[in-house]
Amino acid sequence: MMRLALAAGLALTLLFTATATAAAPRASLTDIEDEVMCLECGTALNVSNSAVADQEREFIAQLIAQGKSKQQVKDALVAEYGPRVLAEPSDDGFDLTAWLVPLLAGGAALALVAFTARRWRRARPAAAHAGEPALAADDERRLDAELAAFDR
Amino acid sequence: MRARAYWPVSLLAALLVGLLAYGLTTTGNDTTLDAATASGERVPPPTQRTLPVLGGEGSGSLADYKGKVVLVNVWASWCEPCRDELPLIEKAHRMMSARGGTVLGIDVKENSGAALEAVDEFGLSFPNLRDRDGSFVREWGQYGYPENYVIDRQGNVAAVRRLPVTQRWLDETLPPLLDEPS
Repeated sequence: MMRLALAAGLALTLLFTATATAAAPRASLTDIEDEVMCLECGTALNVSNSAVADQEREFIAQLIAQGKSKQQVKDALVAEYGPRVLAEPSDDGFDLTAWLVPLLAGGAALALVAFTARRWRRARPAAAHAGEPALAADDERRLDAELAAFDR
Repeated sequence: MRARAYWPVSLLAALLVGLLAYGLTTTGNDTTLDAATASGERVPPPTQRTLPVLGGEGSGSLADYKGKVVLVNVWASWCEPCRDELPLIEKAHRMMSARGGTVLGIDVKENSGAALEAVDEFGLSFPNLRDRDGSFVREWGQYGYPENYVIDRQGNVAAVRRLPVTQRWLDETLPPLLDEPS
């Protein structure tokens, strides 16, 4: 009974450890680099070769070596360098346009597609009949007679 | 149809041009300080914002040094010209602190660990504040490293140096200001 309880406990511990590891994957420099800015160059860290970028990379590498998760590394970067170190614009001041312009452009594009589609739908039936030749008087009479016979 | 589209399209184009103009005018360097000090004028600092203290708790600002001549030194340990200049700045601080002045370092865009290593390496004895993202020095029209601004005893900017200082520039700039009454 005691052995069974120990085995169950061990299995549960392993299960929790595996779940925790899967939930917080180990951070890597290459994964973080493209989400962080080189503050001096104004480009993402993964395409910067300046001295500032090197120092930022060194800082990130130190935190990864300490076993920090990706989110913990990003939090530490913000604490040391401020929110501008993250490669996403802030949501106030002029930076707000970086969020608003794509939204407005997307909305305008959708409106344009809807407007154009509506115009096409309205124009199509008229265009479909526009090119057809009118029936001759004889043909029209014959057609009417045949349709009347068909109805009987 | 064309007439109906004219006004919305024109408005959109005007908005985009306005946005571009705003972006261009707010990203250029401000040369107000340079122009004023070059003509011998003394002007109030562009900002009195507080910044976190390097290697300590709390924050500090220029207002903490009222009545003193302050040499504001903009530096970073990743900047080679700043590293070359630091011994001269430390020497200036020792001279100034004996005559009612101080150097105030503004460490820009680096983590505090790296900055404190440089403080140890160069034996810096002057106080330092941290401008984490460079927004403080940007208000001073900063465009390079290192930069130095001299504040007189009345709290006005008396001199600006956008290049590394020389002993000669320090000798010509600081003593007359230190001799002024507070």
